[in-house]
Amino acid sequence: MLTAIKSTIERIGERTADQVESAGRLGVFLFNLVSRLGMFRFPFTETLKHIQFIGARTVPLILISGLFTGMVIALQFYDTLIRFGSVELLGAAVAMSLIRELGPVMAALMVIARVGSATCAEIGIMRNEQQFDALDCMDIDSYHYVMLPRLIAAIISVPLLTAMFDVFGIGGGYIVGVLIHGVSDGAYLIGMADTIVWNDVLMGIIKSALFGFLILWICMAKGFFLHVEQKQAGAEGVSHATTQAVVLSAVLMLFVDYIVSSLML
Amino acid sequence: MTSAPQGIIEVKGLVSHYGKRKILKNVDLSVQKGEIRVIMGGSGSGKSTLLNHLLALLKPTSGSIFVDGVDVVNTDRKTLSKLRQKTGVAFQSGALFSSMTVGENIKLPLKRHTRLDDHTIDIMTRLKLELMNLAGFEDLMPSELSGGMLKRAGLARAVIMDPKLLFFDEPSAGLDPVTAVELDELILKLRDAMNMTVVVVTHELESAFKIADKITVLFDGEIAITGTVDEIKNSRDERIQNLINRRPRNETVDAEQYIKRLTTGKN
Repeated sequence: MLTAIKSTIERIGERTADQVESAGRLGVFLFNLVSRLGMFRFPFTETLKHIQFIGARTVPLILISGLFTGMVIALQFYDTLIRFGSVELLGAAVAMSLIRELGPVMAALMVIARVGSATCAEIGIMRNEQQFDALDCMDIDSYHYVMLPRLIAAIISVPLLTAMFDVFGIGGGYIVGVLIHGVSDGAYLIGMADTIVWNDVLMGIIKSALFGFLILWICMAKGFFLHVEQKQAGAEGVSHATTQAVVLSAVLMLFVDYIVSSLML
Repeated sequence: MTSAPQGIIEVKGLVSHYGKRKILKNVDLSVQKGEIRVIMGGSGSGKSTLLNHLLALLKPTSGSIFVDGVDVVNTDRKTLSKLRQKTGVAFQSGALFSSMTVGENIKLPLKRHTRLDDHTIDIMTRLKLELMNLAGFEDLMPSELSGGMLKRAGLARAVIMDPKLLFFDEPSAGLDPVTAVELDELILKLRDAMNMTVVVVTHELESAFKIADKITVLFDGEIAITGTVDEIKNSRDERIQNLINRRPRNETVDAEQYIKRLTTGKN
């Protein structure tokens, strides 16, 4: 009995120590990344390449998910607003919820699914195949050459993707509200224009830039420290690291979402 | 105070751990300029760990490592950078970047560390590809190359800056005999043509005997012997003879410990 309790306490202790170590590594990774911002040669070409991967190639997914998200929230709001006879507020409700909240969060979730997981797996495989050792031996700074361009590309791309998500979401709301349920298009558009203020747009931009930063930071770090954090080597280790990266970045993203909302509202 | 090093590589009293496990136990190593030194040993003997220490990829528990006069354990980042630009490393799997073509991979060090124009870089890349018998492969992706080609491409990248010191991890591992011999020839050619010092880590006997000026044999993290090919072949050390003649180890099993391992899972 005593042995069982002792081993349980030991296991809890070990897991806690692992989590603290892992958090420490994320901090070290972030520090190393930020310290490279001032390095002389800015990796312009690499950044453009990653804007293409993170941004341009995610556009179709963002447009489709934006459209359907807009349609479904318009449907939900329509069903609620019609009970109170306030259906003319539909445009404002759809736009407000998209620009402030759903746009940044849903776009970030799409980026996590498409870019975060791929980035973590790619960096994990690079670690497994000694490519970071090769970079060190060639005197090429891994943080500056591999990580920084991805991070900057995400900070630029995610707000733009969010803006596209918002526009297509509002369009989806228009289809459901105006074209299907017959809400006046004037009420839909003018209500939206009257309600949305600069602060709402700013909140969306700040959130999405922060989400882009957070997603790439977590996903790159989890791949980079694969050899230290994962007990299994090879494909299984990459798979575990990717799962952890996706879950952690999604949870942290929602936490940061709450913090930013509470500070800006 | 540390005394001035003699050879291009000088290792003294190197001790290294992975967690609680002691991997290298007081290793001394000296490699002279222009020499081809082969570091041999079975799996788990510590040869890859030793290589990683020579490359300053790991920090030792204790001991000193001088590479080309630089104390790689205690040196600053700038000095280490300069040393690394004079050193080439060819990894076991090639370690080429899968998102780049073979040519882009090979050009990378030149693009990052020199101000040469693109045309000159292209010519230098093709020269190295010719040397490695990879002419015409520069636009292929690494995934389109065979194992031997990947190693040669990795070697081309390692020598693109004309280093004075080349490290090669397991050049023959996983290759067919003909490709393995070709790589051995290539290593000899590189040393003779470019006057390089080459450190090769391998467990392939044939390859080691063909290219080595001197061989260092590691067993369980300790150097068993360092000597010329003949000295190694004539060694009376049973472990060396087992290694050379591919004889299995005759380890006596302690019955008590064996039962303990089976029942508790601990040593």
